[in-house]
Amino acid sequence: MVALLVFVLAVVAIPRQALWAHALAGSLLLGVIILAELPAGFVLRRMIVEVPILIFALLLPFFGRGVTTDVLGLTLSIEGLWGAWTILAKATLGVGASIVVSATSTVPDLIRGMGRLRVPRVITAIAGFMVRYLDIVAGEFSRRRVAMASRGYEPRWLWQTGPLAQSAGSLFIRSFERGERVHQAMVARGFNGRIPAYGEEKVAARQWLIGLAVPGAAVVLALLAMPVL
Amino acid sequence: MSEPSLEVSGLSFTYPDGHEALRDVDLHVHHGERVALLGPNGAGKTTLLLHLNGIFRPSSGKVRVAGLDISDDSLMEVRRRVGLVFQDPDDQLFMPTVGQDVAFGPANFGIEGEELERRVTEGLGAVSMLGAVDRAPHHLSYGERRRVAIATVLAMRPEILVLDEPTSNLDPASRRELIEALRGLPITQLLVTHDLPFALELCPRSLVMDDGRIVAADTTVEILSDDVLMKTHRLELPYRFDPRRLGD
Repeated sequence: MVALLVFVLAVVAIPRQALWAHALAGSLLLGVIILAELPAGFVLRRMIVEVPILIFALLLPFFGRGVTTDVLGLTLSIEGLWGAWTILAKATLGVGASIVVSATSTVPDLIRGMGRLRVPRVITAIAGFMVRYLDIVAGEFSRRRVAMASRGYEPRWLWQTGPLAQSAGSLFIRSFERGERVHQAMVARGFNGRIPAYGEEKVAARQWLIGLAVPGAAVVLALLAMPVL
Repeated sequence: MSEPSLEVSGLSFTYPDGHEALRDVDLHVHHGERVALLGPNGAGKTTLLLHLNGIFRPSSGKVRVAGLDISDDSLMEVRRRVGLVFQDPDDQLFMPTVGQDVAFGPANFGIEGEELERRVTEGLGAVSMLGAVDRAPHHLSYGERRRVAIATVLAMRPEILVLDEPTSNLDPASRRELIEALRGLPITQLLVTHDLPFALELCPRSLVMDDGRIVAADTTVEILSDDVLMKTHRLELPYRFDPRRLGD
């Protein structure tokens, strides 16, 4: 997670004129994706989250101010073009890196990682509970929808969604009751307000080195590309 | 006779809304015994269980676990001694991985390091679930989750294991695996169940509870063979099931 943060910060720090530095950072990322044996289709599908940002980026050259240039008969703002390029490059690299981290780490690992980075225990516990019970609540909700559909309920319009809202409400009550039962089960095993740590072995220096190799390289790239150097 | 693992005397409990859930309950379970607690829905079985480790406190009467009275001072020790396994494993397994969940109990009682690892291995091993140590609970089957839920309390090395409806929602094969797992545990057990053949198979002795009272205590064969008792307290055996023939 540290590696992801450093990588993203480094990419953001690369001056926008330094096309070569972006290209190198991109190939670093590509290298990691290939090393991790992530299928291309998987990565591309997950990149869809970037689309709204890209649309915004593509609009920039049309609405940007200042000096303009003509490309294929379109009058585009040079400032806007640079802006679009910056967003495009940095967003793609950032999203790509996040996908690598999320695809190669399990959720418990990520939560443990947060714990190691001194994220307060309460926050990591809440994150853990959320992951654990989101699945169950979502499952319950979809079973209810199936049960409703089986009795002919197919809401098409907003005014038909009443039962759905009621169902969500009763689901909330049920989740609350489940919370009470979970708490009883925790108390029964001696819970006293503090979630004990377990399985948080120390990370070897070697692992830190391996983990930070790629972001380290990106930092070097960013430094090299700084115009002052 | 030695100190019983569990001794309940004159226990009564009234919910804040006035509902009288337990009336003058007496029962005991001896060390190493396996006892079934039978009774229809709403008889007060789950309420009773929540008294055994002090989650609920009696309106009157007493609960003793291996000679220890439940009080504010003894509460933690009582909770370590009584391994309560809840009916819905999803209520019991809340940590991101199975291993972390099994470690939760013993860690609360101050166990750490290698000893904690040993407890996790021991608990999961006892129910043949060692392979699941790094898996997330929601990726396990229902039967596997139930067995892991048992491991989470075994890791505390309790004096008595108390299970609430352990066979509910299990398919026959998972039920069989659970029976074998319970049979292999050398520990005092109190099993609350509607599954009468299950009770007959595992427990030489049974208690029947109805309307907040213990209404019968006898050998399981005798209880299941008493047609009047069975009918009065809404207990029913599977079609053509004869406990007398299967009991010996």
